[in-house]
Amino acid sequence: MDPLRQSPSPCSSRPSSPKTPPCEIHGYVGIEDVLDQLKIKAMKMGFEFNIMVVGQSGLGKSTMVSTLFKSKVWKCTPPGLGMPIPQTLQLKSVTHVVEEKGVKLKLTVTDTPGFGDQINNDKCWDPILGYINEQYERYLQEEILITRQRHIPDTRVHCCVYFVPPTGHCLRPLDIELLQRLCRTVNVVPVIARADSLTLEEREAFRRRIQHNLRTHCIEVYPQKCFDEDINDRILNSKIRDRIPFAVVGSDQEYLVNGRCVLGRKTKWGIIEVENMAHCEFLLLRDLLIRSHLQDLKDITHNVHYENYRVCRLNESHVLPRGPCWVNLAPTPPGPPVAPGPSKVCRQAREDSDDEEDDY
Amino acid sequence: MVEMGSVQVPNSFKYVACINEELRNLSLSGHVGFDSLPDQLVNKSTSQGFCFNILCVGETGIGKSTLMDTLFNTKFESDPATHNEPGVRLKARSYELQESNVRLKLTIVDTVGFGDQINKDDSYKPIVEYIDAQFEAYLQEELKIKRSLFNYHDTRIHACLYFIAPTGHSLKSLDLVTMKKLDSKVNIIPIIAKADTIAKNELHKFKSKIMSELVSNGVQIYQFPTDEETVAEINATMSVHLPFAVVGSTEEVKIGNKMAKARQYPWGVVQVENENHCDFVKLREMLIRVNMEDLREQTHTRHYELYRRCKLEEMGFKDTDPDSKPFSLQETYEAKRNEFLGELQKKEEEMRQMFVMRVKEKEAELKEAEKELHEKFDLLKRTHQEEKKKVEDKKKELEEEVNNFQKKKAAAQLLQSQAQQSGAQQTKKDKDKKNASFT
Repeated sequence: MDPLRQSPSPCSSRPSSPKTPPCEIHGYVGIEDVLDQLKIKAMKMGFEFNIMVVGQSGLGKSTMVSTLFKSKVWKCTPPGLGMPIPQTLQLKSVTHVVEEKGVKLKLTVTDTPGFGDQINNDKCWDPILGYINEQYERYLQEEILITRQRHIPDTRVHCCVYFVPPTGHCLRPLDIELLQRLCRTVNVVPVIARADSLTLEEREAFRRRIQHNLRTHCIEVYPQKCFDEDINDRILNSKIRDRIPFAVVGSDQEYLVNGRCVLGRKTKWGIIEVENMAHCEFLLLRDLLIRSHLQDLKDITHNVHYENYRVCRLNESHVLPRGPCWVNLAPTPPGPPVAPGPSKVCRQAREDSDDEEDDY
Repeated sequence: MVEMGSVQVPNSFKYVACINEELRNLSLSGHVGFDSLPDQLVNKSTSQGFCFNILCVGETGIGKSTLMDTLFNTKFESDPATHNEPGVRLKARSYELQESNVRLKLTIVDTVGFGDQINKDDSYKPIVEYIDAQFEAYLQEELKIKRSLFNYHDTRIHACLYFIAPTGHSLKSLDLVTMKKLDSKVNIIPIIAKADTIAKNELHKFKSKIMSELVSNGVQIYQFPTDEETVAEINATMSVHLPFAVVGSTEEVKIGNKMAKARQYPWGVVQVENENHCDFVKLREMLIRVNMEDLREQTHTRHYELYRRCKLEEMGFKDTDPDSKPFSLQETYEAKRNEFLGELQKKEEEMRQMFVMRVKEKEAELKEAEKELHEKFDLLKRTHQEEKKKVEDKKKELEEEVNNFQKKKAAAQLLQSQAQQSGAQQTKKDKDKKNASFT
């Protein structure tokens, strides 16, 4: 499977339909109650969210996850801490059910200790891509069953947070290679890890350089420009795109600052407050991932990345010479087996007529 | 315990995915913020809009169109149908309604000519075919390689309102048969139409008779969901009143000091939205305000899945057992596809042969025609030559005659001139004689 497949052109999510005349309603009908019905059903079923953190060891990935979800996500010591560097990349997943104000969320966090830690890091992205594709595969298998489950369990990775080490210069070749491959398969949000080692000016410069790198290598991180639906989306997402990658600091320890208990890192020269916008951009990351774009992340994973995977997978088994066409499953009675000729599919009429001319 | 185990991935490289830890509840030490998730979901759905499709099954003139107008407080353009339809056909119309920020794409499907024929054996067939066709369209879209499901205009029927005629006795056999055929394909909500023709005491008996008949015949009508606390109560109380006895009206009558939808009779006014007069308000509550989403979900997860399962099994697909290779669906795809391509090729060959044969025939015809033409041409030529010869002969004759004539003429002239000369000589001689005599 070619890992460098292209994402399709964006489709608007407005339903396409034949021309329907708009009708005037005189009086209240109660159609808008369907929104409440939708909410009730969704809350009853619960939500699922799968996040993956990728980056070298020591960049604070596990701490970041704990800070994001304000809980001890890793039961014991976080993976990668105090353990010898593993010979192979081991992905560790943990699943929790968290609840807030009646909303149940099944959260799965996948960590990648050992990524980029070897001397020879060639193809170190393969396990990660393999894992992501494996989840798509699982979903696809469930979806094509004859008797399927009412609700297919969703283990696909909705968001991948990539931790860029705070060198202050620009993206390294390893980063670029991985980002190029990841962006085509999953939503990627790059962040500058351990941003407390950079001053504000250094952060800005680093950010600009990274943005420039991303543009040069045609890496489309989330929120992707081509999936903006309307003008409001575009404005909102442009603001976000301007600040990507966020410079974040993670911590799960609380300190007393000005009478308030805040999450922070204590150093001799001061306390870095995680949730203070003046200190770092953690809040932006949290808002993006959880408060405003979580559903969007899931939608894009389902409608774009998963569909991409599905198209590639189904095309592979058919060995179609040209682009995707659909298979007409007309139930024909099994006649005398004819050796299959060149792949012709009924839709492409032009191709058919060409062939006929040649033969005739 | 949720386990992932070690996973085999297509490009067999080595990596080990760790076993998941137990699925457990995690307590949060602060406000994270994902309680906005339902709102995010609702916002997405609002921008996409909703689809809702209602099928109205009932005899002509029972009040289907009027009820739809009353339910949605609008006037859908439609002409009343005649009673002369030769068979049942389905007429679907789509409308776009908007209320505050919710856009609803409503499709109303009408059964035109239902119950009008003398022989009603096949009345249910067009209805079942229509419902199946919508499922089929969705299935085809879902089976496509490059598909766009989130963009798809869903035409599957979400609710079927079955209009029962207000006889006051029991269900007609046509109703029973039709409902039995439809109950596994669509959510049926039976309603008693034109309920203002039944008195209150008769209505109660009628309703219980209908419900008992439905139960004894095993017809599964739509059950209002009672598993969620918020809607369980209202659904339970409303279910008791099934089938809803409704009255529809788009005309407004002044009642008290307000205008209300009602039907005016000499003996009184039947108010549509008065719960004592009819169950219209209950129907509206159940259909739109409380259970619209559940109707859509049931259609998708129960009726459509059943259709899909039957259809795929019919086409020869089977779910794999753990030992066989994954993706047998794809292999069956492949096999079917080859079959189909083979058929296609055969047809092409046939067509080609027919074409060649036709060309040959045409050629033969043309050759025949050409030969005929040649023959005609020869004949004509010959005739022409004969004529020409005749003409020449005649011409010669004529010339000869002319020659003869000229000769004769010349001869005659000569004679004449000779005669004249001799005459002149004679007279001269005579004159000379005379003169000589004188001397």
